[in-house]
Amino acid sequence: MIDKRVSSLSAAVAGIRDGSTVLIGGFGASGIPVELIDAVIAQGAKDLTIVTNNAGAGRTDVAKFLASGHVRKIVCSFPRSAGSVVFEELYAAGQIELELVPQGTLSERMRAAGAGIGGFFTPTAAGTKLADGKETRTIDGRQHVFEKPLKGDVALIKAETADRWGNLTFRLAARNFAPTMAMAADLTIVQTRRFVDLGAIAPEQVVTPGIFVDRIVEVPHPVEPGQTS
Amino acid sequence: MVAKPLSRDEIARRAGRDIPDGAYVNLGIGLPTLAANYVPADREVVYHSENGILGMGPAPKKGEEDPDIINAGKQPVTLLAGASIFHHTDAFAMIRGGHIDLALLGAMQVGANGDLANWSTGDEKFPPAVGGAMDLGAGAAGVWVLMEHNTKDGQAKILERCTYPLTAAGVVDRIYTNLAVIDVTDDGLIVREMAPGLEFDELQRKTGAKLRLANDWRAIEV
Repeated sequence: MIDKRVSSLSAAVAGIRDGSTVLIGGFGASGIPVELIDAVIAQGAKDLTIVTNNAGAGRTDVAKFLASGHVRKIVCSFPRSAGSVVFEELYAAGQIELELVPQGTLSERMRAAGAGIGGFFTPTAAGTKLADGKETRTIDGRQHVFEKPLKGDVALIKAETADRWGNLTFRLAARNFAPTMAMAADLTIVQTRRFVDLGAIAPEQVVTPGIFVDRIVEVPHPVEPGQTS
Repeated sequence: MVAKPLSRDEIARRAGRDIPDGAYVNLGIGLPTLAANYVPADREVVYHSENGILGMGPAPKKGEEDPDIINAGKQPVTLLAGASIFHHTDAFAMIRGGHIDLALLGAMQVGANGDLANWSTGDEKFPPAVGGAMDLGAGAAGVWVLMEHNTKDGQAKILERCTYPLTAAGVVDRIYTNLAVIDVTDDGLIVREMAPGLEFDELQRKTGAKLRLANDWRAIEV
């Protein structure tokens, strides 16, 4: 019998090792798995690399993760945004490493990891300083930049509904990076607003098939990112 | 006649008039977003957002915001009938695969060769942030820039070559400013329209690249 449900947040994040790469879903405040982030902070793994579109705002969720001192490096497209005070302090103090990646390249690099592709050529960033040091090739007369896959040891995902096989749906545009990250990590951990019976999600409406999911914990009333957690 | 530069709303209005019926369009933050207010009502235009939305509508009424319906600037928006939601990699496949007909973007500088600089001044005091700018620059089928013609202290933003770090090379098709509508062509920058009362010599003085005035140029209708 397949049952990916776990009974607590601490069980969901058990075993994350120091030095891991952790993919974190969300765009701005939408889709951020706040409770899973708090659980990973409490779990205590250190020297982490996190991959997430923004560097958090205020002092909660991603910002709290950065402030915990457990994160060595962030891979990100837009770290500087309204309220990104924790990131800016750490960056100014030289206490966090930043790898800046164009947003579509960030997403596609994770897709490549999930799909078993050893990298790809893209015109995005060709001729810019984000292509410095990267292999380039002219394809059909246009310069392309080689980008490597970006794989996670762990992905943290927020879903709306999940069944015990790990089939997922998401709420509106909170979906954003989650389906790609779910396929790009060795261990995909999901917090879902509710569990449903197997079969309750119509097969054609499953957004992320359970094959990409490892552990699911129910968090019926997640805090909105930015609120105190 | 004294030259009458366009207001920000008028730049948006002028550009909005050119968005064709049926277009799939991505609007950058700020001035480009305003252009949606001025697309003629008889045209159906589908707005795309990087976080996985096609069919964005205007801002919601106060109290009706949904934290999971936001645009790329993280502002609350609405969904029109016919809207769809998809994941980030598909959202960027639409951009990078050339499916987005038009990206309307802001810019710090534009080169006469179509180079776009809109993500960084190169000042290392600030942490860099690029978001989807490079994907839109390289991937959208058409790129229009909406911006003030000059910086607040009067520096030219249209240059022979950008001095700021590039966002994308050779991608800008058209520039809408408070002074002119300019096409970027293989033969250089062609001025199609000028602000009412503006003389070409003055426009050229305020521009850091050689301009040519189209034979059939006209005053911008605002």
